[in-house]
Amino acid sequence: MTWDYRQLFIDGLVCTVSLSALTVIFGFILALLLAVMRLSKWQPFGFLALDKHGHLREDGFLAALGRFNPVSFIASVYVELFRATPMLVQLFIIYYVVFANIDIPSFKLFGTIRFERFVPGVVALSLNSAAYLSEIIRSGIQSIDGGQTEAARSLGLTQAQNMRFIILPQAIKNILPAIANEFVTIIKESSICYTIGVGEIMYAVTSIKGATFRIAEPLVVATAVYFCLTFPTSKIIEHFERKMSVGDKR
Amino acid sequence: MTNDKLIQVKDLKKYYKKGVIKALDGVTVDINRGDVMVVIGPSGSGKSTLLRSLNLLEEPTSGSIIFENVDITNKKIDINKHRQKMGMVFQHFNLFPHKTILENMILAPVEVKKVPVDEAKAKAMELLKRVGLEDRADAYPIQLSGGQKQRIAIVRALCMEPDVMLFDEPTSALDPEMVGEVLDVMKELAHEGMTMVVVTHEMGFAREVGNRVLFMADGKLVEEGTPEDIFEHPQSERLQDFLSKVL
Repeated sequence: MTWDYRQLFIDGLVCTVSLSALTVIFGFILALLLAVMRLSKWQPFGFLALDKHGHLREDGFLAALGRFNPVSFIASVYVELFRATPMLVQLFIIYYVVFANIDIPSFKLFGTIRFERFVPGVVALSLNSAAYLSEIIRSGIQSIDGGQTEAARSLGLTQAQNMRFIILPQAIKNILPAIANEFVTIIKESSICYTIGVGEIMYAVTSIKGATFRIAEPLVVATAVYFCLTFPTSKIIEHFERKMSVGDKR
Repeated sequence: MTNDKLIQVKDLKKYYKKGVIKALDGVTVDINRGDVMVVIGPSGSGKSTLLRSLNLLEEPTSGSIIFENVDITNKKIDINKHRQKMGMVFQHFNLFPHKTILENMILAPVEVKKVPVDEAKAKAMELLKRVGLEDRADAYPIQLSGGQKQRIAIVRALCMEPDVMLFDEPTSALDPEMVGEVLDVMKELAHEGMTMVVVTHEMGFAREVGNRVLFMADGKLVEEGTPEDIFEHPQSERLQDFLSKVL
């Protein structure tokens, strides 16, 4: 009987895949930005910590203000906020509050996805996963031996070049398993978007339930579809992991 | 071009914890072009801090470093430009593990100096030949022995055609049988007239290759002179005591 509603599942699958893929892309870019912000050494008030001889003050209010890094502070607040509140609350705030006053063209993406609901879904998921991904990336960057940076800088590389050529390639290799985990989580978490009417897989399940008063069969199908999405994802990333670890073999 | 001052260090101080720890306590020294200056001293004497301050890996608390007539402690200058001309070799090699030997060597010339890739590769291969490792160009650092890694680290720095080479205890992390091969490369470099500052515990090297020896203790420059002055006629008690322990 669920077979009659297969089109709903196909639409749901397309929606879940686009939702997750866009979340991974935007989430990762934002996460990278957040991680770099958190690790930045910018001290705009650094001059306040200098005494009249130009030496660094060791303590006191001005010394603390001199060490204050607003960029890092903002990133920390962001991460803590998003990690400490439920995904559902964030999604509702984004959809009902933030996007209440933002006009999104309402049309159907790929002929089935309702764009005006899809966009808040992508935004909420991206903002949420960026908080988790940025912590993973930060730990990856910090796990690289300081000697690598010293060697790179002593060769005349700028801090940005050091990040791009030396630190990030090694850091991302180290954190690939954790990233894979987060990508899989994004696919699964995207199911929450059915609550704002995004037509993804769980939306198909509830639609079928409403039409047929049956819940077990569509749930079994949904389970299978999710598994078929997440399992290959982790396997593909595992493959990249092997490819990137060439420098580890003797 | 002797007696041409390449680096002038003026009253360099590096304090930690409100000056409770004085890693460098007012060091003044000139390094001339062609010098092979060996810095010795007990551990914690500030010799590594001094060396790492020369290319500002360690930011001094006060004092100045004039490199090729530019005060590089001035915050307004672009330190990356000046670092290109100061090669550095570390105790723990610090090769980039995700890059092959050749990639390790051409990265900075290509990305920083914008040398064409082919040209950088040719230069790197030539240097690899000189240290007898041309067959390892496509190997990864982990596949090399410690001595080989350090020889690569030296030629990686040489790829940037530096005006001075800084060595931070280059043989301290090596198995004893590999120390010789690294010192040989350094000796060759010295004979070619490269300006070198070497922090080391290899007294034999200091004596044989150095033309000036600095003895540091407690963040201060205690004694300076030719190897003969330092090793045969030590003046201060600190140095006599140090030499009695290491020789």
